[in-house]
Amino acid sequence: MRVEFDEPKCVAAGQCAMIAPAVFDQRDEDGVAIVLDATPPEEEHDAVREAAAVCPAAAIRLAGE
Amino acid sequence: MPDAPYYPMHREARCPFAPAPEIAAMPPVGQVRIWDGSTPWFVTRHADQRALLNDPRLSIDEKLPGYPHMTRARAAMAPHIPSLITNTDPPEHTRLRRTVNAPFMVKRVEALRPRIQRIFDGLVDDMLAGDNPADLVEKIGLPVPTLVITQILGVPYADHAFFQAASRRAISHDTDPDDAAQAGKGLGEYLGGLLAAKIEQPADDVLSEMGARVTAGEMTFAEAVTMGSAILIAGHETSASMISLGTLALLRNPDELRKLRENSDDPKFVANAAEELLRYLTIVHSGIRRIAVEDIELHGTTIKAGDGVIFDLAGANYDPAEFAEPDRLDLSRPARQHHAFGYGSHQCLGQSLARVELQVIYGTLYRRIPTLALAVPFEEVEFAMEGVAYGLTSLPVTW
Repeated sequence: MRVEFDEPKCVAAGQCAMIAPAVFDQRDEDGVAIVLDATPPEEEHDAVREAAAVCPAAAIRLAGE
Repeated sequence: MPDAPYYPMHREARCPFAPAPEIAAMPPVGQVRIWDGSTPWFVTRHADQRALLNDPRLSIDEKLPGYPHMTRARAAMAPHIPSLITNTDPPEHTRLRRTVNAPFMVKRVEALRPRIQRIFDGLVDDMLAGDNPADLVEKIGLPVPTLVITQILGVPYADHAFFQAASRRAISHDTDPDDAAQAGKGLGEYLGGLLAAKIEQPADDVLSEMGARVTAGEMTFAEAVTMGSAILIAGHETSASMISLGTLALLRNPDELRKLRENSDDPKFVANAAEELLRYLTIVHSGIRRIAVEDIELHGTTIKAGDGVIFDLAGANYDPAEFAEPDRLDLSRPARQHHAFGYGSHQCLGQSLARVELQVIYGTLYRRIPTLALAVPFEEVEFAMEGVAYGLTSLPVTW
């Protein structure tokens, strides 16, 4: 699994950081998401899939799925 | 379209948590009649809302002619409202939203969790020390989110009677435009005074942060005041409704309440329970509204450029294609993909804060007061249906 993040779309709703905190964080100045681990380990995959599914801006894509 | 049903529709007194029954009966692309007699398109399905709420062919620019305004008062005010996150499209929206996101980031609201827990515990102590029965709306529902948002914004809690009354008048469907404008103006003057003071003497709060952005030329004074009012209004009424209605819904579903009490040490269970209650209650019941700026084909219907479109959030949250048996409250079902906070780039700014508040309260209220029960028959509980979101006028409880 590879996490592809379309930063200009991000509205900083923060759901990714809440659901998969090992993979996503938010930038201090404006809350925009940061990908901490673009190739997350297997045990994070379910959380990352959920984060991608609920992202309100559809800014998270998963390659190699 | 002479047969278009009037919107917002009324919930049924028999099952007040469910959306109005007409909503499920609407075709995927229907039409409703609103207060000004116009008949915007009405989209209720979860999948359609997901697709369209990120579609650049729809705009939230409420100044465009034909925009399906929420109320007469809002229509009258729209031309005078500065550019805000609530009336701009990307990319301008993206820029504006990034100036107000920071205080509502997950790590910042997570850091507030112990403070929210203390606020809540203090209010429960007070309620238990006072008269029994008591009104849960007055003792817990309203004060928790109001105390939290006033601390975050830097607004004196002592003024809560004033700004709660003003915000209710500013957003209710029942208020006439002059009165709503007056209430909005009063709130603006109040916040303007506070903002000016914070610019002089900054503190560790959001108004001071906005004051610094005003000083730096990143936002105007008027924008900061309008944004501050919006945060203050949105920050107490809706969470208060979720607390009170959530408690009522749980008392009506004792098996689910028992599950929640038994699993209250499991943050994952509590977090999902909060999502399911957000879905089940979908308190925003006047739809989120857009205007088409290009033609859009949807299920064989053409939504033309210039047409208004209303998305009913409860429609999506009770769409059986997305949530099986939607009328059933099931705290263990996967519910996170609900649209209770909207969907798309305008999804609720304060959602992470609301989640932490609800997790704290749903996680501890029923454990702290295991004998909590309604003090009146369910049929006598008074609902407040006239706002943008529904709630309870009062919730008499005993223990």
